[in-house]
Amino acid sequence: MRKTMTGHKAVAEAMRQIEPHVVAVYPITPQSEIAEYYAEYVHDGIVRTELVAVESEHSAMSACVGAAAAGARVMTATASQGLALMVEILYIAASMRLPIVMALANRALSGPINIHCDHSDAYLARDAGAVQIFTESAQEAYDYTLIAQRIAEHKDVRLPVIVNLDGFTLTHSVQVVEPLEDARAKGYVGDFSPNYPLLDVDHPSTWGPFAMPDYYFELKRGQQAGIEAVPPVFLAAQKDYAELAGRPYEGFLEPYRLEDAERALVVMGSTAGSAKETVDALRADGEKVGLLKVRLYRPFPYTAIADALAHVDRVAVLDRALSFGTYGALYSDVATALLHRERKPILMNYIYGLGGRDTTPQQLDQVLREMKSGDPDQGLRYIGLRE
Amino acid sequence: MAAKLKGWKDLPMGGVVPGGATPELNKTGSWRAERPIWNEEKCIQCLQCWLHCPDDSIMIKEQKMTGMDYDHCKGCGVCAGICPVDAIDMVPEGSAACARR
Amino acid sequence: MKEIRWHGRGGQGAKTVSQILAQINLREGKHVQSFPEYGPERSGAPVRAFNRIAEGEIRIHSGVYEPSVVIVVDESLLDSENTTEGLASDGVLVVNTKCSAEEIRDRTDFGGTIIVLDAITIADEAGTGFPNIPMLGAAAAVLGSALETAEEEVRHTMGAKLSSDMLEKNLVALRGGYEAAKGVRVGR
Repeated sequence: MRKTMTGHKAVAEAMRQIEPHVVAVYPITPQSEIAEYYAEYVHDGIVRTELVAVESEHSAMSACVGAAAAGARVMTATASQGLALMVEILYIAASMRLPIVMALANRALSGPINIHCDHSDAYLARDAGAVQIFTESAQEAYDYTLIAQRIAEHKDVRLPVIVNLDGFTLTHSVQVVEPLEDARAKGYVGDFSPNYPLLDVDHPSTWGPFAMPDYYFELKRGQQAGIEAVPPVFLAAQKDYAELAGRPYEGFLEPYRLEDAERALVVMGSTAGSAKETVDALRADGEKVGLLKVRLYRPFPYTAIADALAHVDRVAVLDRALSFGTYGALYSDVATALLHRERKPILMNYIYGLGGRDTTPQQLDQVLREMKSGDPDQGLRYIGLRE
Repeated sequence: MAAKLKGWKDLPMGGVVPGGATPELNKTGSWRAERPIWNEEKCIQCLQCWLHCPDDSIMIKEQKMTGMDYDHCKGCGVCAGICPVDAIDMVPEGSAACARR
Repeated sequence: MKEIRWHGRGGQGAKTVSQILAQINLREGKHVQSFPEYGPERSGAPVRAFNRIAEGEIRIHSGVYEPSVVIVVDESLLDSENTTEGLASDGVLVVNTKCSAEEIRDRTDFGGTIIVLDAITIADEAGTGFPNIPMLGAAAAVLGSALETAEEEVRHTMGAKLSSDMLEKNLVALRGGYEAAKGVRVGR
């Protein structure tokens, strides 16, 4: 049944249906309402979750690690500075192969302090070892929270999964969402069978031991195998969900009118929706333009990206954060993906939307028009920036 | 002595040690430069050594000290220092073997 | 797709009624969005909220800059805010005021349709005191929703939180606003 709800509520609904054993969470704008909704569910006895009200995000992630090692199904949520505080423990959670699913209400990192959306927080955690998925709408945030649970808990993966949703733009805006009935959502997610649970006292195990130069390298290689196992697991979980919910989800990427495109945008998050409007409008004018939306950001789908873009003449990669001193992080990954292809597009890198700066279809229209010509060696370009 | 090191595919997921109990397997007694020698006749069974030993190397049976766990004792000498009746002597490792004989 | 902008002051419930307006339109099978503009969240500070209403899926996530309907919940904002900014010349400006439409036209220089209603008096007579619900009624009327659908949604949304007496008063306020604005329709 179609309902109206905010992105917060959509994520909280998915969490309610997953009903993890433990949620450890600390409030931060624009994530707080996710925690608030969930605390209400706990208070009202709707879920049997142990809600751990911690004193910081560092503690939130630490509690998640402890509970997950104990054998619990665990979730959390955060944003911006909260993720920055979590990152130390997020690396450990990934190395310990703990399937912690978390919503990240994307918000600009300080400073200057700001509460609005960009992707600097997600980029901060990009090498932490967590799987990262970007969503375009409250509906996708709901759907991919359920899908993330399946990916995180797959026996070959067992990694934290971050579901990104743009702060305010998706978290605070009321949109139409069609959730699954509880039983179908629960059936989809299934039961969790932990590895070496600490609470299984008949089978003791040691977690998080010291690893010296003789074993550290091998253990990190094992972790790499975990994230390399994600792509087929992602596709299978997505396919099952698409069939169950009747959604048109297929693949790590969502190409939009890209087959015969001469120029294309690459973008993540809610701006992809606005970009579709732009593409439609320009197509109506006879312009051969298209869009590639990146859903799975970590592990980065190099081959799929190259396959999707190799035939395009010019590609503008849109990064919603600066990676100071180099190109945008998404641009660098796309460039790497295309490096060994014989035929490859001319690439340009645009920085947009920092700290909640609005990006309109008109601005994207301008990008798609000006990239027709223009020197790719110009370095970073900016959308909607005052000179 | 050096065990063959495992390759990455042979390690349990997440660096977990199934079965646990790693301190027991790690024979830290090989680090010892001085060996505590317990004099049972002098000992008054106050268990101060057991209380203070940082390596859990004072062996106890039915609330009585029964000796030293030389597999794990690192020879720090805390037991000898805390003993109120000087019932524990620290002896250099090299000569300890002779002293025992 | 219709785009609507609400002007109110923090605490007047503009954001709340923009959400209810979205739900009314969802009931009619439309696709909807409702979102506020977040700034300093202080009681009395000027706030803006937005709606998008469409027959098909709404993919756009950027701000609303060229609304076809602007609803001013607090008349004093006509002087302090540019309430007609980007409003289409064939659009509709709905103002909570005791002034006439001509007087509002003089004050705003807006050439399109102007609807005035005294939402404060409507709310006072209904016994609710808040102008946002009459303005919601006016918005529903301007956008062509059936009064019954608007009533159903208000019952659904507010019923759980209000006593049945207060709910009925709110429905009277809603009807008052709807009747005052009835007859004006906005094209697509």
